[in-house]
Amino acid sequence: MFPTLLKKEMREQRRTHRLLIFVVAFALIGLMSPLIARYTPLLLRSIPDVPAELAAIIPDPTLKDAVDQYTKNFSQLGLLLVIVLTMGIIAQEKERGTAGMLFTKPVRRSAFVLAKWLASMGSLLAGLLLAAVGCLFYTWILFEPLPIGGFLALNALLMVFLGFFMTLALTGSALARSQPMAAGYAFALVVVALILGALPWLGEYMPGRLMAWGWGLVMGGAASAWPALIVSLGLTGLALLAACLYLEKEEL
Amino acid sequence: MIRVENLVKTYGSVHALDGLSLHVEPGVVYGFLGPNGAGKTTTLRILSGLARPDRGQAWIMDQPVALRQSAGQGVAARLMVGVLPEEPAFYAWMTPRELLRDLVAPLYGMEPAEAAKRTNLLLEQVGLSGSADRRIGGFSRGMRQRLGLAQALVHRPKILLLDEPVSALDPAGRKEVLELIDDLRQQATVLLSTHILADVERVCDMIGIINQGRMIIESEREALLERYAVPLIEVESDDALENWAEQARSLPGVESVTLANHTARLQVKDAATIQAELLASLLRQGLHLQRFEIVRPSLEDVFLRLTNSTKPTD
Repeated sequence: MFPTLLKKEMREQRRTHRLLIFVVAFALIGLMSPLIARYTPLLLRSIPDVPAELAAIIPDPTLKDAVDQYTKNFSQLGLLLVIVLTMGIIAQEKERGTAGMLFTKPVRRSAFVLAKWLASMGSLLAGLLLAAVGCLFYTWILFEPLPIGGFLALNALLMVFLGFFMTLALTGSALARSQPMAAGYAFALVVVALILGALPWLGEYMPGRLMAWGWGLVMGGAASAWPALIVSLGLTGLALLAACLYLEKEEL
Repeated sequence: MIRVENLVKTYGSVHALDGLSLHVEPGVVYGFLGPNGAGKTTTLRILSGLARPDRGQAWIMDQPVALRQSAGQGVAARLMVGVLPEEPAFYAWMTPRELLRDLVAPLYGMEPAEAAKRTNLLLEQVGLSGSADRRIGGFSRGMRQRLGLAQALVHRPKILLLDEPVSALDPAGRKEVLELIDDLRQQATVLLSTHILADVERVCDMIGIINQGRMIIESEREALLERYAVPLIEVESDDALENWAEQARSLPGVESVTLANHTARLQVKDAATIQAELLASLLRQGLHLQRFEIVRPSLEDVFLRLTNSTKPTD
């Protein structure tokens, strides 16, 4: 049963262009990050009438700026994209009646949720892989080669970070009966997670901390954040479990 | 085969089901009738495992029906059932062939070769062979209903739960699907909810009529008509019948008279004894008769009488 559901979800990711959007948007983020880092200072300096003193203090772009751009873009644009592309995927099926059609068959609802989660994670991984390749290539062209090991580790942590928020959006979708409601739940859950991550005494253990760790793995200097990794994976599992349990009991 | 005992279901202050019980024997096509809001769809949703009753229990082939599957409940019942909801919903991006062959058939453990063969056969049976590889998103409601029937039949279910199976079909399509349901009685027990009483008269062996969440009567079709139908006389004339109808109402033995265009429909106590008197009164008024007929009461007459409705439901 699960392989059948997973195949259906993977096909749906392709046919509804979700996979394409992930791949294209993430690849663009990956390619654009070193480009923005490289050319923003040049563009600023080339603006007519920029005082010479100001132009002089605009720093020359470095590899660090490219990695900064990459992590910032994914923790903002990437995060938003992940939420928008995931928040309707269960609520939409409930609203349209396709979930009801499936649930009259010998389908376990938790398998339905897991198949959706795994297929979405697959699309996220495909997008992130392309983004990483694009960023590696352009950074090498425009700056210098990135340390492969550290950069791969940064992307693995990005996958955990984005995967956590994707799972929150999916859980919001499972709790809702309509797509607007799903959007509300998803954003509410994400905002709560971001607020908790901003608290000084709690932030060390929240997914947001993974970005700083990943940046440090590429550039050196940042301390490891194993507790944040464990908490992120744990919260992802809990959110997924909550989605499964809720849907198992829900009347359609 | 299907057993429902004392089902109670409330939505806020609305009692959708109020102690409903029903029994469907094997190999029967059971017509499940009731006015809008009587509780038909709620019953079918509970039997399909999509909703749970507040009280009571339902069994399909002695297996309890349940919403939760995580503890293995309800799976056995679901394997034996094919469900066609009132408004079948499908993935717009899929084709009928993909839906049946790649999704529904494998969910019942069918091997790919058998799934492909079964898909072709079913698409042929429901008249969708020509659209097998078109996206479902562009289908009409009637085509969706045909596809809904096909997906309910993929695993050769022993029980079919059909909610308004022909409501979106044109007359030709309705005839085809009813013939298909009629043929299915050899292989499956069918619980068919509908508003179209003529269809029930055509294919159902057993009839259950519910109103306000309760079973009013459950009986074999002929026995029901025999027991509850009152004699009817229909009079059709080229002339206006209003004056004559007014007179006829006051005749002893006439229970009611309804008029529609140039046709009067009289509910009488004994058609044989009163027909001479009615004919005489028609002649006295010099009306030109087109038709004077003692008609067989329809299921609609019985249904309206039992549910105290004033309007036909379809």
